[in-house]
Amino acid sequence: MTDVATLLPDPPEEVAPPRRQHGAAAWAVWLARRLGLAVLTLWLVSVLVFLATAALGDPVRAILGRDYNSNPGRVAQLEELLNADQSIVSRYFDWLGGLLTGDLGVSLANQRPVSELISANVVNTLVLVLLSAVLMIPLAFAIAMISAHYRRKRPDTVIQTILLAMAGLPEFVIGVLLIALLATTVFKVFPAVTISSPTGHPWDNPDAMVLPTLTLVLAVAPYVSRIVRASLLEVIDSDYVELARLKGIPEKVVMRKHALLNAIVPGIQVIALQLAWLAGGVVVVETLFSYPGVGLQLVDSVRNHDVPMVQALSMIIAGVYVVVNVVADVLSILLTPRARTAISS
Amino acid sequence: MSTDTGPGSAPPPPAIAPAEPSTLRKAMRQKRFTVGLAITLLLVAFVIVAPYLAPFGENEVAGPPFSKDGFLGTDYLGQDVLSRVMYGGKSILVIAVFGTLLGMALGIAIGVVAAYGGGWWDEIIMRANDVVLSFPQILLALVVLTAIEQPTAWILILLVGVSHAPRVARLARGVALGIVSRDFVIAAEALGEKRTRVILAEVLPNMNAPLLAEGGLRLTYSIGLIGALGFLGFSADPGAANWGQMIQENRLALSTQPWAVLAPVLVIAIFCIGTNLMADGIAQVAQRGDN
Amino acid sequence: MTATTQDTAAEKVPTGGLIVEDLGVMLTGRDVDVIDDIDLVLRPGEVVGLVGESGSGKTTVGTSLLGYARAGALISSGKVLIEGRDVLKMPWREVRGVRGEEIAYVPQDPASALNPSIRIGKQIVELLALRGIGTHESRMQGARDGLAEVGLPSDDEFLSRYAHQLSGGQVQRVALAMAFLPKPKVLVLDEPTTGLDVTTQAMVLETMAELCRTHGVSALYVTHDLAVVANIADRVAVMYAGQIVELGPKEAMFKHPSHPYTRALLDSIPHLSQARALTGIPGRTPAPGARPGGCRFHDRCSFAVTACAESVPELRPIAIDHDVRCIRADELGAWDISRGTVPDADPDKPREIILSVQGLNVFYGRKQVVYDVSFDLAKAEVVALVGESGSGKTTISRSVGGLHKDWTGTIAFEGDALAKSARQRSAANRKRLQYIFQNPYLSLNPRLTIEQIVKRPMELFGIASGKEATDRVVDLLDQVALGPRMLKYQASRLSGGERQRVAIARALAAEPDVLICDEITSALDVSVQGSIVALLEGLRQERGISMLFVTHNLALVRSIAARVEILQAGRVVEAGSVVTVMETPREEYTRTLLSKSPRID
Repeated sequence: MTDVATLLPDPPEEVAPPRRQHGAAAWAVWLARRLGLAVLTLWLVSVLVFLATAALGDPVRAILGRDYNSNPGRVAQLEELLNADQSIVSRYFDWLGGLLTGDLGVSLANQRPVSELISANVVNTLVLVLLSAVLMIPLAFAIAMISAHYRRKRPDTVIQTILLAMAGLPEFVIGVLLIALLATTVFKVFPAVTISSPTGHPWDNPDAMVLPTLTLVLAVAPYVSRIVRASLLEVIDSDYVELARLKGIPEKVVMRKHALLNAIVPGIQVIALQLAWLAGGVVVVETLFSYPGVGLQLVDSVRNHDVPMVQALSMIIAGVYVVVNVVADVLSILLTPRARTAISS
Repeated sequence: MSTDTGPGSAPPPPAIAPAEPSTLRKAMRQKRFTVGLAITLLLVAFVIVAPYLAPFGENEVAGPPFSKDGFLGTDYLGQDVLSRVMYGGKSILVIAVFGTLLGMALGIAIGVVAAYGGGWWDEIIMRANDVVLSFPQILLALVVLTAIEQPTAWILILLVGVSHAPRVARLARGVALGIVSRDFVIAAEALGEKRTRVILAEVLPNMNAPLLAEGGLRLTYSIGLIGALGFLGFSADPGAANWGQMIQENRLALSTQPWAVLAPVLVIAIFCIGTNLMADGIAQVAQRGDN
Repeated sequence: MTATTQDTAAEKVPTGGLIVEDLGVMLTGRDVDVIDDIDLVLRPGEVVGLVGESGSGKTTVGTSLLGYARAGALISSGKVLIEGRDVLKMPWREVRGVRGEEIAYVPQDPASALNPSIRIGKQIVELLALRGIGTHESRMQGARDGLAEVGLPSDDEFLSRYAHQLSGGQVQRVALAMAFLPKPKVLVLDEPTTGLDVTTQAMVLETMAELCRTHGVSALYVTHDLAVVANIADRVAVMYAGQIVELGPKEAMFKHPSHPYTRALLDSIPHLSQARALTGIPGRTPAPGARPGGCRFHDRCSFAVTACAESVPELRPIAIDHDVRCIRADELGAWDISRGTVPDADPDKPREIILSVQGLNVFYGRKQVVYDVSFDLAKAEVVALVGESGSGKTTISRSVGGLHKDWTGTIAFEGDALAKSARQRSAANRKRLQYIFQNPYLSLNPRLTIEQIVKRPMELFGIASGKEATDRVVDLLDQVALGPRMLKYQASRLSGGERQRVAIARALAAEPDVLICDEITSALDVSVQGSIVALLEGLRQERGISMLFVTHNLALVRSIAARVEILQAGRVVEAGSVVTVMETPREEYTRTLLSKSPRID
């Protein structure tokens, strides 16, 4: 109930044609700025990681527990390894220097170089995460499009309710339920634990990969699907899609050409967020399935209070997050003509 | 020429639109919200009341390990599973709720100040925010727990809160940005209102719905986070019953005595579904209220 | 026009053209009509203006001609006949075929009309490409020709632009070219020039009229602006609350309006050539479902009698080709377009300066947008700042109000130089200079009650508090013609016009000497604008409040202001008393503005 005539938008000024010649240079500048920001973030992350592990409590005390008072020799040994006599600032720079040159320190638990211990696991985790992502993205999009197609009708409501229920579940809950369902209790199809030899890869036994991957996919897909559906619906209701219909364009073309294109960009940002989340989700999932990846290793290291290991692993995981974010930013700008032209002019 | 009423019996002027109900009342109309609220409240009641009704004590041995004695069987030490489940929610609930509250308070403060301050304030605050955001929540918790021998409940609450804060801050800033540039806020500034008053009286009250929705979502994640930490072996009191920890403790017998694991898993699952439904119900209200 | 049989219709309309019979649209799920009883005929080459304020249903009529109803509504009755075929009865595949090729649509909001991710060249030919009409070369050539016809460049560079790289006027012309490319028989335009500058609007309208004439296309031009319609339409239909209340040729409508609503509407429109005492229409437009029984206008009509509330009047002829939906149409008396004329503000009246602006330069970051502007404002005087978008008028007003602080120069209030931002100014200065915003939906906190909103300035400036303040609020609400029962309402329950009155009451609560009105009526219906203007004029006369009135509407300036500053690109182009500037403009720009402004006088 209004008596407001159309609100006057502020008409933009006459726009000069885009200047192509400065395009590449402007892009380079923007990219440099964005990467610089990422580097800055990573540096601050390293400070945070170091302070959290070295300054919050006494790791030596944590490692030895009750033995702290009864075993001074061991105490001295560990303190030697951690350079406890130096100031925290110099310790930080030592560590940072090592990080940048590839020397990740020595594990406190078994005296071997960190880089040796984690290299295989990094690959394993990468495979797991990429596999999950590759399966998750089309699945989430497909469900979102089906749901959007049947919007407000029965199938849509059912799908959305199920997705909503699943979206809040922690990943270990999903994992355990899957194990109970498919490995131990209801059906006994897949193995509950990944057993792999030290020399082989977990995917040598593909059966063992199924449950961990499925857990990750089911943990992330519902949320992504809901967001994609929401942005699809928003685009479908938009004025330019309505105009396309009024122009007489067939519905399928409207959906494909006009709607999907504009709905993808918000989808990308959500996917990036979820991929980054996966970096944390693997921690629990790998522990659950004993999958030999960085997540499991991280948990073990934390339990052992193995500071150098924890520092290295958390830098890797945080680094992945930052990189994924930069890529997502670049992609979403490339796909949005408005932002694209804004940069090149 | 403008007379108020014409000659003859003119009817009274048309009624004004009916009063807008509060956010919570609107939420009650959403089926999701009421169902979610019901589930959540039931579980909270269960957590609080059940310890008084438990058939066995928290660490009381009720039979041989992994046996079928008792309603849900026994666990790896022979303790009654049902009783452990009844005792096991307290710490999770308390830490999750307080952690969420802390995270919301911190995050809202950071986000709104960044949005309102604008310019350099915004840049610096958001860059710092991004740093903490680079850690998946569980990673942050684990990193901090490395150097700590035995975490206390307060440390866990702090961890949960601090890991939520940047995410809440992002959302709060986004919502606040939309409000801060609206004319009624500028009108308040033109009148010379104090800045704190502008934030408290003009900006925050218009952020009710999205903030409540986020709060519900954060609560869901808090439960998940505490449960995960318990599962990984990090809890405030290792001896006490703890849903997450129970899963880890009894994992190996999943094929023989599944309820030792499934009971705590299902309880956590139901709790998370309840809070998530509630949060989504409010989120729907928030979206519609943007007209 | 009463419903005709198909045979006589076929006689009257040889080719092209469109006949609408008894069209009705209702809301799904509720038994509520959005529009009903709509009968219209569009002859080839003819432009019919469909005029109505918000809530009249005019847009719904427009889209129904293409067989389209928005989500939540459905076409419940009637026929839309194009060359004898009923669009509403066709299978939807055939409807789609009709759309674009036979009946084309030009939408309202330029910015959202085009897909932001597809280049405009592709979008223009999209329809033809899909239907497989012609070859790629012939289609592109057609697109180029179309762009040239609407006065846009037709080179490859322009065709490869995206929508956001064009200005509003350019987008609208592209939309016109896009609609004309398939050579349709009927064109439906939905307020396509709202939000465009006066010069751009004039060009789009001329282009459209020219295209219709050359190609023999009939057009339905949906708008709220009677002045625009006066210039381009051959026939006019006025809508109120879902029905057509008057229909006839343009001359008849403006010389002998026969429906009380049409007359009230015409009374509230300002003229360029003379000052008028503008008035509004009491009450507000009813929403579908809340419409009064009987004649839908009777509760706001000053000619209403008891019989008006009993039954809905029929649309009956009052003269040749001129139909009215009113039982008292013959009794209204003669009409004179110049009634309500008042003398212009006296240019020689002595002026007591209260606010003076000298050498104002305003910046946004590094960019300068206002250059060396100086003017002054006297007591009980209205000075209008007029310009198109980008002229800097809003920027100047915001700087004067202290809402924007990036400026240099002097702004002096009774000789006292003002600080740059409102926060830095003294409470006394802040109190005496009050700002009213353009959009009433954004300028009131939706969470607060009216009482809280209007009370706040009183508390802040120490004028009153507690019970005494509430009494004053009631008093103020009364002065802006709002009842005291609104005290406890939240702002979100009020209409746009009512909210704007609350905004005025809030400004008055501070007991100011100067009101800065920033396009405060641009977002309101024309009849609501009339009542707000009447209110402001009353305030000026009774309380001696001065006003700085920002607007883009030159006709409004004539009726409301004593002096005017014409702005272009951040500079004052011409200034002086309203009478002098508008009767004898010296500058080219002023003359262009005056000639391009649509007028009904």
